[in-house]
Amino acid sequence: MSEQTSTPTTAPGVSPAHEIQLRAVTVVDRKAPTMFAILTIGLALIVGFGSQEGDTSFRLAVPTDFFELPTVTVPSTATTWLLVLVCAALAAYSFFLLTRKQNTRLWLVVLFALAWMTGFLAWAGADATLPVVGLLAGSLAVAVPLVFGAMGGVLGERSGVVNIAIDGQLLFGAFAAAMIGSLTGSTWAGLGAAMVAGLLVAAVLGVFAISYMVDQVIVGVVLNVLIIGITSFMFSQVLAPNAATLNHPPRFERWAIPVLGDIPLVGPIFFRQTPIVYLLYIAVALVTWALYRTKWGLRVRAVGEHPKAADTVGIKVNRTRFRTILLGGAIAGMGGAFYTLVSVPQFNREMTGGAGYIALAAVIFGKWDPIRATLAALLFGFASNLQGVLSVIGSPVPSQFMLMLPYVVTIFAVAGLVGRSRAPAADGIPYRTDNH
Amino acid sequence: MKLELRGITKRFGTLTANDRISLTVEPGEIHCLLGENGAGKSTLMNVLYGLYRADEGEIVLNDEVQHFTGPGDAMAAGIGMVHQHFMLIPVFTVAENVMLGNEATGFAGSLDLEASRQRVVEISERFGFHVNPDSVVEELPVGVQQRVEIIKALSRDAEVLVFDEPTAVLTPQETDELMGIMRQLKEAGKAIVFITHKLREVREVADKITVIRLGKVVGEAEPTASNKELAAMMVGRPVELTVRKGPPKLGDEALIVTDLRVIDHLGHVHVDDISFTIKRGEVLAVAGVQGNGQTELTEALLGLQDHVTGSIELDGHQLVGRSVRQILDAGVGFIPEDRQTDGLVGPMTIAENFMLDRSHTEPFVRRGTLQLDTLEKFATKLLKQYDVRAPGITTPAGQLSGGNQQKVVVARELSRDLRLLVAAQPTRGVDVGSIEFIHTQIVATRDSGVPVLVVSTELDEVVALADRIMVLYRGHIVGIVPPDTPREVLGLMMTGERPEGAVA
Amino acid sequence: MSTPTVDKKPPVKPGERDGDRWNRILRDIVAGNAAVAFFSVLLAVIVGSLLIMFTDEQVRDTFGYITARPSDFLTASWDAISGAYGALFRGSVYNNQADDFATAIRPLTETLKFAGPLIAAGLGVGLAFRASMFNIGGRGQMLLAGAASGWVGYQFEWPWPIHLAVAIIAGMVAGALWGGLAGFLKARTGAHEVIVTIMLNYVGFYLVFFALATQSLLQAPNSANPKSLPMKESATLPKLLGDRYNLHLGFLLALVAVAVVWWILNRSSLGFRIRAVGENPAAARTAGIDVGRTYTIVMLIAGALVGLAGANQVLGTVTSGITTDLDAGIGFDAITVALLGRSRPVGILFAGLLFGAFKAGGFAMQASQNIPVDIVLVIQSLIVLFIAAPPLVRAIFRLPAREA
Repeated sequence: MSEQTSTPTTAPGVSPAHEIQLRAVTVVDRKAPTMFAILTIGLALIVGFGSQEGDTSFRLAVPTDFFELPTVTVPSTATTWLLVLVCAALAAYSFFLLTRKQNTRLWLVVLFALAWMTGFLAWAGADATLPVVGLLAGSLAVAVPLVFGAMGGVLGERSGVVNIAIDGQLLFGAFAAAMIGSLTGSTWAGLGAAMVAGLLVAAVLGVFAISYMVDQVIVGVVLNVLIIGITSFMFSQVLAPNAATLNHPPRFERWAIPVLGDIPLVGPIFFRQTPIVYLLYIAVALVTWALYRTKWGLRVRAVGEHPKAADTVGIKVNRTRFRTILLGGAIAGMGGAFYTLVSVPQFNREMTGGAGYIALAAVIFGKWDPIRATLAALLFGFASNLQGVLSVIGSPVPSQFMLMLPYVVTIFAVAGLVGRSRAPAADGIPYRTDNH
Repeated sequence: MKLELRGITKRFGTLTANDRISLTVEPGEIHCLLGENGAGKSTLMNVLYGLYRADEGEIVLNDEVQHFTGPGDAMAAGIGMVHQHFMLIPVFTVAENVMLGNEATGFAGSLDLEASRQRVVEISERFGFHVNPDSVVEELPVGVQQRVEIIKALSRDAEVLVFDEPTAVLTPQETDELMGIMRQLKEAGKAIVFITHKLREVREVADKITVIRLGKVVGEAEPTASNKELAAMMVGRPVELTVRKGPPKLGDEALIVTDLRVIDHLGHVHVDDISFTIKRGEVLAVAGVQGNGQTELTEALLGLQDHVTGSIELDGHQLVGRSVRQILDAGVGFIPEDRQTDGLVGPMTIAENFMLDRSHTEPFVRRGTLQLDTLEKFATKLLKQYDVRAPGITTPAGQLSGGNQQKVVVARELSRDLRLLVAAQPTRGVDVGSIEFIHTQIVATRDSGVPVLVVSTELDEVVALADRIMVLYRGHIVGIVPPDTPREVLGLMMTGERPEGAVA
Repeated sequence: MSTPTVDKKPPVKPGERDGDRWNRILRDIVAGNAAVAFFSVLLAVIVGSLLIMFTDEQVRDTFGYITARPSDFLTASWDAISGAYGALFRGSVYNNQADDFATAIRPLTETLKFAGPLIAAGLGVGLAFRASMFNIGGRGQMLLAGAASGWVGYQFEWPWPIHLAVAIIAGMVAGALWGGLAGFLKARTGAHEVIVTIMLNYVGFYLVFFALATQSLLQAPNSANPKSLPMKESATLPKLLGDRYNLHLGFLLALVAVAVVWWILNRSSLGFRIRAVGENPAAARTAGIDVGRTYTIVMLIAGALVGLAGANQVLGTVTSGITTDLDAGIGFDAITVALLGRSRPVGILFAGLLFGAFKAGGFAMQASQNIPVDIVLVIQSLIVLFIAAPPLVRAIFRLPAREA
């Protein structure tokens, strides 16, 4: 975050002569406006060269709503051009802020993203009807494990432990949920088992990365391979031959929340979901609150920023880190359960398909903040799901490019093209206690 | 509260950092712990604070033997510490930093930030600190950050306060203020341990002085003792504070710096439009409190800074905008202020470190291939010439003592064909024997007709080496004065005041 | 970390007798890396054994009445474990059940065949490690390299050695560019190469997938499968020991790569700069070494080495056409190879041979004993975990601690 202006905040009454103050030149982040401009031009080029005939319909309703929203039908090309103009206006405003030495706010980014996406959909969905509710609900479904994984990742990294093993935690969680769920016939037991599984992976990560100070990235990468090995081995050796008893877990039912679930558009997307999804809402809220508003969170952040300082005020650095990654592991494990207790009612080898790496990407793209990471995970889920929907309605964009999107966006993010991210200062650095 | 240390011994492997150290601090007393860098002062305090566990000996508070397993225990027992490197979380506010580890909580562990804010305001008002509880620490000036450290200790009702080299980063005026604060705390009945290696400060506030050298208590002294006596105790033999050097044989102006400005990536202006020159055969010493642009100035000379405007001309060649490689090739020798970070590659051998900045060209590289025989001969010769005490040229540089590491850096730089030498803190953390050796080498370089820029925060070193002294304050040149300028004037200049008669 | 390059003789203290010295050397071996490596492998194999044992039907059945007849349980366990490792050995080194020597020795050639790309890619990861860069992008680099090599391999009609050489170089260049991109981004923007290379794996995968699914690009004409045409004969790596064995020239190329990387690291000025940057980038920068450029160069070379592994796969091991799984997990295995080999070229050579043996043997084990080949992944990753934590291994086996 380079948007720092250095006007040292001092209480009145302190004579400035006592301090070393540096004259400062204001530096404003010009990345957001630049990015806006590039994207706007990109969209303009798409419609300019790939002009699509016909109309695009957005279906907003499902039959059970309080009242039915109409299906919106718009002329494809004209709408897209209109939204290109909207995007251009937003980009211009962002540049205007830049000249006024102000930074682009989050709401502006969200607004821009909405306008751009709608414009893109209007173009891509020409001569077809886009099931908006299905598209968004499907996106949420894809995003659930990502958000859980990202929460686990945020917790770990905020305490100073890089967790590359999110994928392993998801996979092991999915495996445990399938097996224990099948054995007990209880979805909740399966969910519990998934949490324990995620926690176990985190424990191994902790032993090696914290106690033995092995490079955290190495441990994470190797753990992922280890979990793939173990689950695939067990799958072939034990689960597949005994599929009926060991790989036939029950599924979570959908619980429609009264009233909320009947709100048009919002209801079917967010409030007619399985309990795991409701747990997700709670998890995100709790993690955010705990991280910023509690004693525990203050300590976790302290340990991730400046462990030595935390140590000198009596906080046990490595113990705090260990507990935090265990909690993160349990949360990530719940994401794994979503695969086998909601999405597909059985375990398959490598069934997460590297989702943990997307979750990791969401953590970074979300600047190590629970809410932003959640939004990032939702965006990535949307991109993956959009690809499926577009291929059904016959869109001109190759599906591989949609699937590639989260990864490309993340590269842009870490390369600082969409705003410099600032990781917790001690992220990835083991803490050696001198107490011997 | 009365603090007693009895026979504290702490070993690291074969090194004995503290050897049966005993001392007693009474409440309402400022007890100075005086010693050179590396004498074992900080180790002792880390033992006291529970960061290290002593191999032998005990810590006694009010006649009760303590067993600290960590800083938490020490704090609970009433010990507070103001660390040399501030132990503050840069991205937290003052209130958050003060409450950390000692948090007031409300419902379900939620933070009671208001309680902490009030505590900060209350302590701040009592001692006249003027600290805003809502400021983010990284945006505060160093002096204020230090006050936050003190508030942190006081908010935990510390009765014993340890100040570990607290003045290293302060201006003389801030130092005076700190002395005032220490006296105030003493009057409030606190027992204070003041660790330093600066004699003047000791004599100003100390009630009692304990001198340690090489991990042992070598004696106690009264505040009335003279500088010379204290210094002799500290280093073990009478020291010569001046370097033997003749008058300079000045040549032409070799280095001409004009309107130099250095900005960092956040937009802070560290060096603000300064101009100066150095003649052949002259040492220009830069004085100033740490953090007033010295680091940025030397780095700019070497091409290590990214945003540099103005002009640096060496023998008629423009250096601004050129790469480090090109500047080194132009004959600039550079002794960085932090040898561990910038001067040496620790795990590489001494020989490899000798060729570190000559890895592109002959004689050590020919057609992309290392010339190991040449390097071996060269390194063996240099090792002897510069009196580097090491088992051999294949010893990893990181295993050497601080003084020998510094000699490796000095040897590497001075063995090149130099047209300018830039030496930043050339003797920081170096034993007395090596200091003399390095000073002699710097003077010899000057006498061979090379212009030399020396940066040091130790006024003694500046005065000893300089042919002219340039004082920097907040990136500006306060003045360029002759080496016989009185210390008081130099001290005043370091606070930014321009005395009458100083040549700008 | 750095290897002493000038003075090979360890300093011998005066008066030290030969006997003492031997004692010390022995002690160094026991306490040192060699012992830790050995015991790490042993520990991993033991854990693997337990996994095999407890998932074996027979063993579990006999476990049901272990108190009544413990001998049954022990026999079953022994059968399961010895069967597994026997098959592993027969599949990777020497098949004592074969009719003639030529067949019996075939597994060893398989091991070498598998080891080739592991060594090449392992060098790519290991070299980056030496500059303290973590190249997790092996998969993407291999895919891009395989696609490039394969395209040259099926598209053109050139005489044998030239066609092959161009195909290999094309792969290495593609790998270099994909790897170099990560280095370049780190150099220019500070983007962490771990994240970038992971992301580039997926981007590379979808790119190659897209190309293989598009008629005008790599997809074989009139086919719906994401697969290219097979390689021309003139672009394939020739078999080294005749058609009886699958071992091809790729293994020798990997050996050449070992020598080249050794020279770069220990004898070239580039290697000197790589090591300096890896150990202390700040000091390297102060000494006039362009750190960013070094990052880029290292990742270019690393990508080229991984690219060699990709070319090896497409032009040697599976010549029937480019697919999206041409990397066969080597991109990730390379990380474990580099770690086991401690980022030293010769260490990587041996680590590659070991893991090559695991691969060859793993498939044999699956075929004859019905033990899923995934057990190899488990053992491999455990070895690396243990080897990375020497104190743990020492504690388990009560080895003497190493003096600092």
